[in-house]
Amino acid sequence: MTTQTDDELWSAIADPSRCHVLDLLVSNGEVSASWLAGRVPFTRQAVSKHLVVLERAGLVSRRKQGREVLYQVQTDRLDQATRAMAQLAAQWDRRLAAIKRLAEAAHAENKKGDRHDG
Amino acid sequence: MPGLVIERDVLIEAPAEVVWRTITEPDQMSQWFADRVELVVEPGAHGYMQFGDQGGPVVVEVVDPPARFSFRWNHPRGEEPVAGNSMLVEFTLTPEGDELTRLRVVESGHELRDWPDAEKQRYADEHRGGWAEYLDRLATLLGKRQPG
Repeated sequence: MTTQTDDELWSAIADPSRCHVLDLLVSNGEVSASWLAGRVPFTRQAVSKHLVVLERAGLVSRRKQGREVLYQVQTDRLDQATRAMAQLAAQWDRRLAAIKRLAEAAHAENKKGDRHDG
Repeated sequence: MPGLVIERDVLIEAPAEVVWRTITEPDQMSQWFADRVELVVEPGAHGYMQFGDQGGPVVVEVVDPPARFSFRWNHPRGEEPVAGNSMLVEFTLTPEGDELTRLRVVESGHELRDWPDAEKQRYADEHRGGWAEYLDRLATLLGKRQPG
């Protein structure tokens, strides 16, 4: 079962611009919004908006240092997202393997029945 | 456009009709999916799936034997499942020979409600690879992290 929190997490990562911001944060540690704005092809306002979404999803945290606000990635949360996705995929792999087993057994059984009838 | 897409497939040594029965008959579904399945496989039919002590409603969308079967689940209690509040599970069966069937499943959902359309389109264009590409992107991000 999924939750509202998952929803926010997936939406936060899904956006390519936001992913770009996340990427810069992962590579550069703790930085300010202005620093980020100087390295992306969109406005300072857009950067701020993306940071709000990332923070709401728990992927980014911020702290005040003097007059600056610095942002950094919450690596636990990012790991959690990766694991959740890998888990969902693994769950389907297990289900498909079970379907394969069941269908192939049913098919073998049908063929045996056909031979007996003929 | 979904925020999360998972695509998997498997090659099965059985005709599509046999695979179809395995994925749509409730007594078969209870062997690979939920612990208990109450479902009439008709478009629009409401059913229920039990997993351990948890359970939830499902709503059938497409029934096109033996090629396509889809349902929605994981929607909020008391709401009708529609795009945006649920996960969509789509099965596609493709014959690849006399007694060989490719079964593909796509689970998608988490509609990105508040996105402008242009951004949705850009996202769609960049995510044709589906889940694998998505995971690659995350793996790349994780790989860049400082050790320790």
